[in-house]
Amino acid sequence: MYNAKYIIPGLIIFLGLVLFPFIKGIGQPELKIETEKPKNVKECVLKTEKMRDVHMVLLNEWRDDVIRNGKRVYTNEAGKQFNMSLTNTCMGCHENKDKFCDKCHEAVGVTPYCWTCHNISPVKKEGGK
Amino acid sequence: MQRSRRDFMKLAGVSALGLSAGTLGFLGQGAQAADALPTATDFAKPITAKQWAMVIDTAKFDDALFKKVITACHAYHNVPEIPGKQEIKWIWTDEFHGAFPTERPAFLADAQEHRKYLLLCNHCANPACVRVCPTKATFKNNEGLVVMDYHRCIGCRYCMAGCPYGARSFNFRDPQDFIKDMNLLYPHRTRGVVEKCTFCVEKLAQGKMPLCVEASGGAMIFGDLADPKSEVRKVLKEKYAIRRNPSAGTEPSVFYIL
Amino acid sequence: MIEKALKGSPRYFGVLMAFLAIMGIGGGFYLVQLNNGLMITGLSRDVSWGFYIAQFTYMVGVAASAVMLVLPYYFHHYKAYSKMIIMGEFLAIAAVIMCLGFIVIDIGQPQRMLNVLINSTPNSVLFWDMVVLNGYLILNVVIGWTSLMAYWKRVSPPAWVKPLVYTSIVWAFSIHTVTAFLYAGLPGRHYWLTAILAARFLSSAFCSGPAILLLMTLLISKVTKFDPGKEAVKTLSTTITYAMCVNVFFFFLEVFTAFYSNMPGHMDPILFLFSGFEGHTYMTPFMWIAALFAITSLILLIPYKWRYNRDVLVPALILLVIGTWIDKGMGLIAAGFTPNPFEKVTEYLPTGPELMIALMIYAVGGFVLTILWKIALEVRAEVEGGL
Repeated sequence: MYNAKYIIPGLIIFLGLVLFPFIKGIGQPELKIETEKPKNVKECVLKTEKMRDVHMVLLNEWRDDVIRNGKRVYTNEAGKQFNMSLTNTCMGCHENKDKFCDKCHEAVGVTPYCWTCHNISPVKKEGGK
Repeated sequence: MQRSRRDFMKLAGVSALGLSAGTLGFLGQGAQAADALPTATDFAKPITAKQWAMVIDTAKFDDALFKKVITACHAYHNVPEIPGKQEIKWIWTDEFHGAFPTERPAFLADAQEHRKYLLLCNHCANPACVRVCPTKATFKNNEGLVVMDYHRCIGCRYCMAGCPYGARSFNFRDPQDFIKDMNLLYPHRTRGVVEKCTFCVEKLAQGKMPLCVEASGGAMIFGDLADPKSEVRKVLKEKYAIRRNPSAGTEPSVFYIL
Repeated sequence: MIEKALKGSPRYFGVLMAFLAIMGIGGGFYLVQLNNGLMITGLSRDVSWGFYIAQFTYMVGVAASAVMLVLPYYFHHYKAYSKMIIMGEFLAIAAVIMCLGFIVIDIGQPQRMLNVLINSTPNSVLFWDMVVLNGYLILNVVIGWTSLMAYWKRVSPPAWVKPLVYTSIVWAFSIHTVTAFLYAGLPGRHYWLTAILAARFLSSAFCSGPAILLLMTLLISKVTKFDPGKEAVKTLSTTITYAMCVNVFFFFLEVFTAFYSNMPGHMDPILFLFSGFEGHTYMTPFMWIAALFAITSLILLIPYKWRYNRDVLVPALILLVIGTWIDKGMGLIAAGFTPNPFEKVTEYLPTGPELMIALMIYAVGGFVLTILWKIALEVRAEVEGGL
């Protein structure tokens, strides 16, 4: 091989960098994040596990349905109906963004831009943004 | 009949709210206000149309009514009050020369000359803004409304160049600091997107009239332009009404009775 | 071939450093714009496009103008352009990169830029402008690089380049036509709402673009051993002269239509530019300078004895470039928005930060062009020296 003395160490460094997050994760305990649950309501729009997985997909579907398709009522598997609204429905129950949304978002390093427009709560004014 | 029934419902709603506030006060402020949040049942009976339209009876307006109508819209929709030429407005007024420049007004009658005219997005049947938008962020929905999808807008401002009515505003800066009393039930906009009047699409979905129409006390009439029996069509059959810059070919849906 | 860009004189690296420094300073201002929004510009609700979009439009013209060399060289086998052709193609690459840069700095949500692809909308001219500009960039990169590579290897370019070259000729016209359609199809903007806008764009491009190319080539021939050839300079200056005549002629067509028809909507923007509108005269000095420069450049260029004399040619070209730049890079956008559809004037002049951010894009173009031209000149010197 041409330039094997450069290519092989280069490949090893490259693979090391790519695989570093996986190697570091070996043997680590499962990520557990404690979030504050709503007090008055027991059931969410979908089951908790499902919400954890697909809430962002659901929100995108809600967004397109409300704005683009003129559909504003969501019916879940149990037949219960909801107003498709991030602030008025989701945040109506999940009153504390900082103790619910932010907990996971910060841990996994995502910054959704929902809050540059949507209010954090439909009932109380937050000091921060 | 329809109107009085709705008024009754509203009255009933308000008193029920008052009652709950009085009796359930111990639940705390959050729970109390949460009662007023729109739920799925609020959207059970939407009013729909093929092409929503508005007729404005300009003689019925005075400064106080303008203020009432504009405040009703801007306060609810969190329209910021930004001073200067980078302002944002959904509904505003201008004198005849500014509102109807293509009429080339000369020697206007005093009444029309000294009157102001309420201006807003025309929700055109053939809108130039929709034609030019490169991302379908602004589009025509199935009720004839020209809708903005703020999530999709890239802020190229092509629609502002396209609109011959100056109905669109751009968020040159973050609007949050310029909204006096945030309506928490309604979102505001973010820096870098275009915004405009929505004909209160969220109110229509609840079977209610747009806020400006509600506040106008009958000086604005709202209905389906495609339905010959609608209130707007009845008014247009009786009275001569003009539209802004009709030669632009956009077919505006806002009519003015002079 | 790229390694030719990595070695060079201190002067070459000095130029690159200067461009990098300007990029850095402009980049600082761009960060301010990213964090605060377009509020730092002079733009407003009434004048919603300004300096950025105007520079974009001017640069599309410069990019398209490469066709004034490509067409005679490839279509009519005009061999006098054999040394200039690669310079024109590489200038087009730098110009298109600047065009894309000016669009990016103008939009309010640059992170959502790819929405134009994700939600592609064929009824929007902006979508097509994105398509033709990127297509033109790819065409010129492929054609320019392949031809230069073949020249360097002393072989003739591969056969598949020919069809691409012919495509690029048509494509060059399309980029400026589509850019004109951005403006010409808007119902409320009288200054733009004219069928001749695309033709005006092309004529102003075909004089100003080659003028910029010729000026820079003459500058290069002073500081390096590169010689574009007497014949090439003569022919290109004649092309520039014809295009400028057509450009001025097209402008007078506009003036006639507006003023003989006496339609206020058509007259008002021209009045605003040249005599002021309702007391707003901030554009008139610029426009009269543009008119004066344009006419003077024509007086100097039309007599061929003056035109073929480099001492006259160079100042004439400078006047021409400034004149066409004011017309397209300032007047065009301002008069489209002023007076607005309600016959009111909102004044617009770019702010300092706005100019600095635009300068950053110009520096990016200069940086790219310096590297590309360095490669082209080194390759030519090597091949000619080796012969």
